[in-house]
Amino acid sequence: MLWKTAELSGWGRALRGPAQLARPERASTLAALQSEVPAPAIGMRRSYGDAPLNSGGKAIDMTRLDRVLSFDADTGLLEVEAGARLGELVRIFAPKGWLPPVLPGTGLATVGGAIAMDVHGKNHHGAGTFGCHVRALSLMTPKGPKTVKEGSALFKATIGGLGQTGPIYSAKFQLLRTKGDVIVVTERRIEGWDAFISYLDASDATYTVGWIDATATGNALGRGILEEAETGGGLVPPAKRGKKVPVDAPDFTLSPPVVRAFNAAYWRRVPNAGRTVVKPIDDFFFPLDRIHDWNRLYGKTGFHQFQCVVPLAQAGALREILARIARSGLASPLAVLKRMGPGRAGYMSFPMEGYTLAVDFPNRSGAEALISELERDAAKAEGRIYLAKDALAAPETIRSMYPEHGDWLKAVRKADPGAAYETDMTRRLNLRGAE
Amino acid sequence: MTTWIILGGTSTIARAFARKAADRGEGVILAGRDADDLAATAADCAARGAPLGESIRLDARDPLTFGPIAERAGRISDEIGIAVFVGSMPSQEEIDSDPALIDGVVADNYSGPARLLHELAPLLEDRGAGTVIGVGSVAGDRGRIGNYVYGSSKSGFHAYLSGLRNRLGRSGVHVVTVKPGTVDTAMTWGMEKLPFLAPPEKIVQDIFRAADKKKDVIYTPLIWWPVMTVIRAIPERVFKKMSI
Repeated sequence: MLWKTAELSGWGRALRGPAQLARPERASTLAALQSEVPAPAIGMRRSYGDAPLNSGGKAIDMTRLDRVLSFDADTGLLEVEAGARLGELVRIFAPKGWLPPVLPGTGLATVGGAIAMDVHGKNHHGAGTFGCHVRALSLMTPKGPKTVKEGSALFKATIGGLGQTGPIYSAKFQLLRTKGDVIVVTERRIEGWDAFISYLDASDATYTVGWIDATATGNALGRGILEEAETGGGLVPPAKRGKKVPVDAPDFTLSPPVVRAFNAAYWRRVPNAGRTVVKPIDDFFFPLDRIHDWNRLYGKTGFHQFQCVVPLAQAGALREILARIARSGLASPLAVLKRMGPGRAGYMSFPMEGYTLAVDFPNRSGAEALISELERDAAKAEGRIYLAKDALAAPETIRSMYPEHGDWLKAVRKADPGAAYETDMTRRLNLRGAE
Repeated sequence: MTTWIILGGTSTIARAFARKAADRGEGVILAGRDADDLAATAADCAARGAPLGESIRLDARDPLTFGPIAERAGRISDEIGIAVFVGSMPSQEEIDSDPALIDGVVADNYSGPARLLHELAPLLEDRGAGTVIGVGSVAGDRGRIGNYVYGSSKSGFHAYLSGLRNRLGRSGVHVVTVKPGTVDTAMTWGMEKLPFLAPPEKIVQDIFRAADKKKDVIYTPLIWWPVMTVIRAIPERVFKKMSI
């Protein structure tokens, strides 16, 4: 049987919608689907909003097309099917001395999703986005996989292109050398906003990320923990066991007093003088994957994530954005501050050189209104909203933030004249509509 | 060290089996009809650490494809493992409207694999070591109104494996009969409400444990052992009126 009725939701679970789902296991099945019923491809649905939704329509689940097609052990050039999970690639290749060039916050993201969202990681300031390392990719057509030439308009419209040029079947990308499968992390307690920005500016580590206490106000505004890390080898990582969130948590779990208390304790966990620890590589890159289905902690109404980036010169505006969040008392403990480099590979890629802030909000009263204010603030600061996280933005806001949208639209219309790959997100943001 | 010949290498469970074998550092030779798909899985296994990742043509309904497989097996210098995942399951309604389909079902699930295993048996006896894994089904434990043609072919395969175990055990070759329940595969995708639906990786984990511990017959997941014990115990005069 080819199609199954399913309720789809993104990782935030605030938006949901029914769809008919196919899950091909062979390239030939995916090719046949393209001639019969072309539909958007989805992966592990780790985007937060409605990017993986096609309510009332069809979608193709790519997760069973997840094989390594070729690997050159001399050069580290790897070719995989689009459904391959980044965390699984870490598991296979880190012991051999190779690491995916860019790792987002979850190892459950697929390579196809990493390309379609042009994801970034803790090394963005040096390495750029995932798409920067893609040497070749193929889109599935009714006649089989078709190679997309590196640097072509179609290539740049596919990377960060939300799947609108058709299902990505495979990709070839460059792995990076690593000494082993552990990581050496230096953690430093940061007292406030200005200190955080100077530390981020001064950091020359390969991997740098800041956890920020988005509930702290006044003098403590912007306090957090800076993590700087390098890969290493020769050390045995401690044994570990995954946990699972079995049910939707009750509402008070992430209520403001609980979050404030948790954040304060989490911040004090790192000694005043800082510390250096050795971690298994996936614990550093994917800390939340250890708790399966952690999104259920937000209860059945789900949550939203707001992530924006602003230019370097607009650090002050980002401070005001954080202050607005802190005043609202609506934030969850999950908040990240990072300095980004200029690297991006697609017309619709998110990054720009500057500072990015990501904060989770339980989906309760006040959250949506706050997020739309934050979006206005980000637009005013010449910043950008990350579509992998967005569930609420308005079409004109996004248009103003993505100056290459016109180039993208031209290539997408050529690749998908029938608009077969539209999703709830592209319809909500009218991304495929008139320029 | 074992090199596995995986018959029906394009099936969902076979792919998971091949990957697990690769993780264990064992070689795989995948046999089936879709050459492109087999090549992709073979490459995947090689990248994951299999010392050998190859593919070879097998059509359970075409015995001419059996000879080259037996010949290839003869050139394996490691211990030989044969894992049979070949099978097909048209719905009972399709079969009811076209009884000619029964021939194909029997060829895919029983006569094809049995004939191929028979061609391989002397080689295994000669080596005096090795493993045969035959994947049957809980559907083979009892003929039910909803699925009895498929069930009967699997039932025949179970009996064949039992006899083969009896024969090969004398020369140190172990035969495992695997009876999976419902598994989350391309075959079951889209079927309504399947009980105890298991991921293919769970089935494969149980298969390797059984092979390592030299178990004869296993149900996987284990819940199917009590379930089928009850179903087999129902008297025929009651069972004939049931539709489970």
